[in-house]
Amino acid sequence: MPDSTHHTVPYRTYALILVLLLVLTGISVAVTQIELTKWSTLVALLLAGIKTSLVMAIFMHLKFDQRIFRVMAILIILLLGVVMVVTFLDYLFR
Amino acid sequence: MTASPEKKSYKSFLEEDGGRKGIFKWILSTDHKRIGLLYLYSMMAWFIIGVTLGLLMKLELIAPGETLMGPQSYNATFTVHGVIMIFLIVIPGLPAVFGNFMLPIQIGARDVAFPRLNLLSWYIYVLGSILVIASLFGNGAPDTGWTFYAPYSFRTGTNMLPAALGAFVLGFSSILTGLNFIVTIHRMRAPGMTWLKMPLFPWTLYGTAWIQLLATPIVGITLLMVAGERILNIGFFDPAKGGDPILYQHLFWIYSHPAVYIMILPAMGAVSEIIPTFARKTIFGYRAIVISTLAIAFVGYFVWGHHMFTAGMSGTALFAFSILTFLVAIPSAVKVFNWIATMHKGSIFTEVPFQWAASFIFVFMVGGLTGLVLGALATNVHVHDTHFVVAHFHFIVFGGTGFAFFGALHYWFPKIFGRMYDRSWAQTGWIFFFLGFLTLYGPMFYLGIKGMPRRYFDYLEEFHGGNIISSLGALVMVTGFVIILINLVKSARHGEKAPANPWGGTNLEWRIPSPPPVENFEEIPVIDKATYKFD
Repeated sequence: MPDSTHHTVPYRTYALILVLLLVLTGISVAVTQIELTKWSTLVALLLAGIKTSLVMAIFMHLKFDQRIFRVMAILIILLLGVVMVVTFLDYLFR
Repeated sequence: MTASPEKKSYKSFLEEDGGRKGIFKWILSTDHKRIGLLYLYSMMAWFIIGVTLGLLMKLELIAPGETLMGPQSYNATFTVHGVIMIFLIVIPGLPAVFGNFMLPIQIGARDVAFPRLNLLSWYIYVLGSILVIASLFGNGAPDTGWTFYAPYSFRTGTNMLPAALGAFVLGFSSILTGLNFIVTIHRMRAPGMTWLKMPLFPWTLYGTAWIQLLATPIVGITLLMVAGERILNIGFFDPAKGGDPILYQHLFWIYSHPAVYIMILPAMGAVSEIIPTFARKTIFGYRAIVISTLAIAFVGYFVWGHHMFTAGMSGTALFAFSILTFLVAIPSAVKVFNWIATMHKGSIFTEVPFQWAASFIFVFMVGGLTGLVLGALATNVHVHDTHFVVAHFHFIVFGGTGFAFFGALHYWFPKIFGRMYDRSWAQTGWIFFFLGFLTLYGPMFYLGIKGMPRRYFDYLEEFHGGNIISSLGALVMVTGFVIILINLVKSARHGEKAPANPWGGTNLEWRIPSPPPVENFEEIPVIDKATYKFD
């Protein structure tokens, strides 16, 4: 298979993403101090989602790869999202 | 195009030893066919243990009170029976054995995409199996049931951890096999084999592989969470620490219900191979079967809650899961109608594989329709955790997957070993097995409706009659299994030589010699016509 999408990411970008991930982790911990009631899970998931997207896009090269891989990754995340929504049909309506 | 089927000047995969001797020519080989057989032999060994445990339970239940074992032994027996049967046999079942053996051949490839990864998945499977069996020794075998429900699973003093760890490890084997199959199907189909020219067994493996890849990690992490509860007292599922035991059930079934489709989809694929061959007729509604396969794989992700109707979920969730459960019945029924329409006005000849496939349709329909009884909220509450449920899932998992497995084994046996089994003994085995199966599980529907709970070593006198019939059925079924096993083991070595295409099948596996050559094809075939076309 011809590898036409090879892309070198500079170390500076990796370092920047690392710092961003650490900051987001700090926010995830800090946000637990605020009483968000039933929204706390959503906020935690959103922050985790942003961190995951960064890892997948940059560290796992999804940003530079063929579009089909991006589409498949998004579909899988959507599937996981729907599974979570269905789960919360229980938790939010108890 | 391909090696001349009857030509003898080729080296079969059974003759090619890679310069290794004894067991090493098996356990170091990366040939997909040898790996398929490694799985077959390992699974048969575990299956014999699982059947023995099942038989012991039925003998215990032949009369009220303690007959063979007390409550603790009974709890351990049904737990280990369940773990072995589910995690070691029916989940890997058809994909690992026949998927490995037949997938590359049916799509015109020389091997799977990652042969070494394939062998690694077998090693992981063996490691997981050993962990499961190890749980039998030491502090007492696990007694939670194969579902490892919290909070009991992190409170019981029995050997829960090795069993759960075994299931966790087995998950990796499943994921790697799924990954391998997806890549193989995407990248290695023969020239001309477009998606809609691909046989149905690879199609079902494809649907299954996505479930293996996407759902298995969830049960992996769930079992790790239970381990965390036991070892570190974290409190995910412990109400005393703000946890939620129902969360465990959600997480467990988010995997374990799709796992039912991991078990049944390839079974449906095998049946879709057998029926056109023995009806001498193109499969009816090829596209409908493909779409229903993908629909089952997709909708199957969202129906897990029907295992939890009495657990205390919200009314909204109960309503949603019930509707979704009814939805998944539609593509399943599409398949049944397609198989029957394929047989309609076909030139049917009833060889043993066809008999297995036809009986599969019958038991699968009973299992499927009783599944709708369980999918309906009101009736579910009535029969929840009774023998009705035990009968239902054995009709699906054993009747469905098991019958298709034996059907596939009898169908592809001459291709795999190059020898034919004794057909009259094979038929005798099937008759015993089928009648024994119906006698074993049929009465459980009645017992369940009358209120006999599952997972008890004892019962009220009023349930005695049904249990006697059921236990006798178990003995008849095991007799059938022994006949089948002896016949196949003996025939693999001493059976008469089988021709390349004993059943007159149309797919690629029937166009190469039996047993297949080392790399399947001398030249990769070019596919120019749709599959299942009989001249």
